[in-house]
Amino acid sequence: MGLEKHEKFIMKAKSTLVFEPGWSEDNLTGAWRSERPEVDEEKCTNCDICWLVCPDACIKREGGKIEINLKYCKGCGICAEECPVKAIIMVREESD
Amino acid sequence: MTKKTKIKDLTDEEFLHYGSLSCAGCGAILAFRHVLKALGENTIVINSTGCMAVVMQMAVPKIPYFHVLFENGPAVMSGVEQALDILGKRDDANLLVVAGDGGTADIGMGSLSGAVERGHDFIYLCYDNESYMNTGGQRSGTTPFGAATSTTPVGSVIKGENRPMEMRKDVPEIMIAHNTPYVATASIGYPLDLIDKVKKAATIRGPSYIHVFSSCPAGWRSEPKDSVKLAKLAVQTGFIVLFEHEDGKRTFQHLPKKRKPVKDYLELQGRFQHLLEDRETIEKMEEFVEKRLEWIQR
Repeated sequence: MGLEKHEKFIMKAKSTLVFEPGWSEDNLTGAWRSERPEVDEEKCTNCDICWLVCPDACIKREGGKIEINLKYCKGCGICAEECPVKAIIMVREESD
Repeated sequence: MTKKTKIKDLTDEEFLHYGSLSCAGCGAILAFRHVLKALGENTIVINSTGCMAVVMQMAVPKIPYFHVLFENGPAVMSGVEQALDILGKRDDANLLVVAGDGGTADIGMGSLSGAVERGHDFIYLCYDNESYMNTGGQRSGTTPFGAATSTTPVGSVIKGENRPMEMRKDVPEIMIAHNTPYVATASIGYPLDLIDKVKKAATIRGPSYIHVFSSCPAGWRSEPKDSVKLAKLAVQTGFIVLFEHEDGKRTFQHLPKKRKPVKDYLELQGRFQHLLEDRETIEKMEEFVEKRLEWIQR
């Protein structure tokens, strides 16, 4: 007998039990967002402050470029607020 | 402080998985992220119950992590430290206890005091968001005067937290009174300062205590985008004083040369909105902040 029978229970228990490390990545927290950050690459000075202050580590700083992981970005807007040259602006998400 | 960390020196490696359930703009998880960056992957984390334990769901950290009760984080860590000592592996790992202000100032005070007295070698990190945020924002021992919480609402009898300003539990001072080898306060508004302090604490033999001021948009009813700004303003207005205490000496970081008016800090938060019109209370607060700044630099 497979685990299908207990699937409902397992889903419920997932909040307290750990089946595999890092399963939290199933939570696509990007769905919470109402505003999305957008980077103006011309203004960006690569100071990496946005990378440092992102609570969810959704900003990558690779090869002198800032990349935002919209899959998990909760849209808090700290990056836009803290950017010293205002190179990040928050854009309203359109519903599909 | 000896060597200051620069933003370019920091590791790109993250020690937390994506998908934590923290609110947008959470200050505590930002502090946790910085602390893990400072300590690296050889870290064992014991997490007392609190917001962090709830949002981590035991699955987010990529390092050994365990969630324990509200009151026994330092006691469990004492056991972990002793076990590692007997196995001869004590020097391989950084030991970190993470707890909120409720788990530190109120419920866990006894076990923290005990573990520090016994002199176990670990770092205690308290992220202070000034009330019990994950259970609905009830007041805690570190809630500041005037803050509206779910157990100290604004009404006709009381106007927010009504215990006198100077009676707020000052946990760093309590830990200094324990003769803790290293006590420091930090704020998420100054992440590099926090990282420096955690790195320093890791080199100290014996217990070290770090008190991180971390904003909470849900409980303070502030805008998520203002989290880091508020943590900076708390320092610039003198509400929070960043210092480290070692060998009986205190050194200060980011001490405001010209203090900003406390109203700048209060007006961004929903929990203080009722105070904005009350000039008398704001003056009293101003006086208290000034007095405390003087006292702490004595």
